[in-house]
Amino acid sequence: MYNPVKPLPHKIVNVKKETDLEYTFRVETKTKVKFGQFLQLSIPKIGEAPISVSDQGIGWLEFTIRNVGKVTNEIFEKKEGDTIFLRGPYGNSWPIEKFKDKNLVIIAGGTGVSPVRGMINYLSKNKDYVKSLHLICGFKNKECVLFKEDLKVWANTFNTTFTLDNEESKGFKKGFVTAFIKDIPFNTFGEDYEVVVVGPPMMMKFSGLELEKCGVDINKIWMSFERKMSCAIGKCGHCRIDEYYVCLDGPIFEYRIAKDLID
Amino acid sequence: MSYKLTLKEAQKLLDKLSLTYDIYAPKKLKAQGRYSDTDIIKYEKIKNIDEIEYREKSTYPMKEVISPIQQTIFYFTEDKYRESKVSTKPILVFSRACDINAIKVQTKIFIGNGGFVDYYYQRMYERIKFILMECDFESDTCFCVSMNANITNNYSLAVRFEDDGIHFEVKDKDFTNYFKGYPHSSFAPKFVMENKTKVHIPEIKDRNMLNKIKKSPMWKEYDKRCISCGACTIACSTCTCFLTRDLIYGDNSEVGERRRLSSSCQIDDFALVAGGGNYRTTAGDRMRYKVLHKFHDYKERFKDSHMCVGCGRCIERCPEYISITATVEKLNKEIERIEKEEASNV
Ligand code: SF4
Ligand code: SF4
Ligand code: FES
Repeated sequence: MYNPVKPLPHKIVNVKKETDLEYTFRVETKTKVKFGQFLQLSIPKIGEAPISVSDQGIGWLEFTIRNVGKVTNEIFEKKEGDTIFLRGPYGNSWPIEKFKDKNLVIIAGGTGVSPVRGMINYLSKNKDYVKSLHLICGFKNKECVLFKEDLKVWANTFNTTFTLDNEESKGFKKGFVTAFIKDIPFNTFGEDYEVVVVGPPMMMKFSGLELEKCGVDINKIWMSFERKMSCAIGKCGHCRIDEYYVCLDGPIFEYRIAKDLID
Repeated sequence: MSYKLTLKEAQKLLDKLSLTYDIYAPKKLKAQGRYSDTDIIKYEKIKNIDEIEYREKSTYPMKEVISPIQQTIFYFTEDKYRESKVSTKPILVFSRACDINAIKVQTKIFIGNGGFVDYYYQRMYERIKFILMECDFESDTCFCVSMNANITNNYSLAVRFEDDGIHFEVKDKDFTNYFKGYPHSSFAPKFVMENKTKVHIPEIKDRNMLNKIKKSPMWKEYDKRCISCGACTIACSTCTCFLTRDLIYGDNSEVGERRRLSSSCQIDDFALVAGGGNYRTTAGDRMRYKVLHKFHDYKERFKDSHMCVGCGRCIERCPEYISITATVEKLNKEIERIEKEEASNV
């Protein structure tokens, strides 16, 4: 009998420090994931944590992990060549077919850049997939900036706005991402656009409100949720909001639905 | 076909069944209750007919046979997770209609939800057959009729206990041979058709109403009353929520086991994410989450029954005398109030 919660060992092939608190781990695996999905990372003795895939290639997946809990703490002790246990992938994915030939807007804050990074990297290699990409990425301050090399590539490829909450720096404007949403030329897009928002709960909430203010159709906005998870297979109940399970029906929700969900 | 066996004959039958089946039944355990001088009734493996406590409702639900309060799911070493093993012997469980109906709910979640079959639930569930126990008592807290959980036909045998013997109805032909030679009886199990306690099932017509209910002040009462102990959900016939914990053996820190433990949405850290975000911070929020799951959300998802069988165990276990039936009636009043308010606003 197949056991969907059984973790399997995988080798860490690279560890990259992004910031003091965030490392990217590249893990050897044949597992294929869709953009926006997550896996359960497991450390014997410590437990499990749901981590979204921050990029993928042939034979590997990357996870960018913020050191905030018991499990992630232990993962940070891991080095190249060490073993990590994985199960998954779980959850739905960004509706990439819907984005084809559209003007795509991505608004990402902090670690929220992780669940869209793989998709953005794909789009930078497949430039004709979307009509245009407007990207707003926000971080707290200079020390918190993730994926510095990717940001450079993205800046050269797409219409980008990078922001820091409280300071100015080369290549970064000062302010919250929400302050820059009105600069996106939605009026030139007609009906041909989709919007992706991912980041901390408050950032997503206010981005949604700002987008509505800018006249954006609520049926064209997509958000990725993060909730407490234990099983990732719709059994443990921790991620449930009303009749939805974030691990099964999410992590990506249409804003039309997400905006009315009260935990 | 039905039979009546003397107690002695019934014991013989049980001995014979025990060769093939593990037999579980509600059993009275002395002085383990809340105040340590009260008895509790709990599902346990039994060998003797007189171990079965049939006169009263069990303190804890039958679901524990299939999804125990805690179980080891893996043994691990540094480089491997190995599933825990269980016996493959079939199981017979003496059970009441409400508890059998509760298993439908559990199964919807453990086997049905999202296309994932839970390995640990499945391996118990596929071994189980039920022996329906007729209810001839009525507890003040039962409201199975309101919840449509008073009747079931999901059983292999049915029993009625009498002072001088036990009636059996044999519904599953796997058991026919066990009864050869015993005198027939006209027994057919009766179901409870009315409870003293009745509940009106709330009708939440749309999301607008749902969200108004969520924001209602009615839940604040529980901030003060509910102590977030989780006793109600542990005693609940249908609740499934669990968490996972790793445990290491002594100083040899590379080997240990991963356990699954029942958890409760009523406890403070149920929705707490690593890093500190908590999505329901008050007892009132959590009561609202539980009650709406049982009387709205589950049904909305599975288009099935509600997620409550009216067993009343949560009412009996609550140290603060919080009653789900009273709460649901308050909810009904609140819905009525909101509807009136909406009507006067148009
Ligand atoms: S909510 Fe209460 S009455 Fe309903 S099934 Fe659970 S324990 Fe029984
Ligand atoms: S309702 Fe009662 S039993 Fe349930 S958590 Fe609150 S105090 Fe405990
Ligand atoms: S994480 Fe367990 S139900 Fe979603």
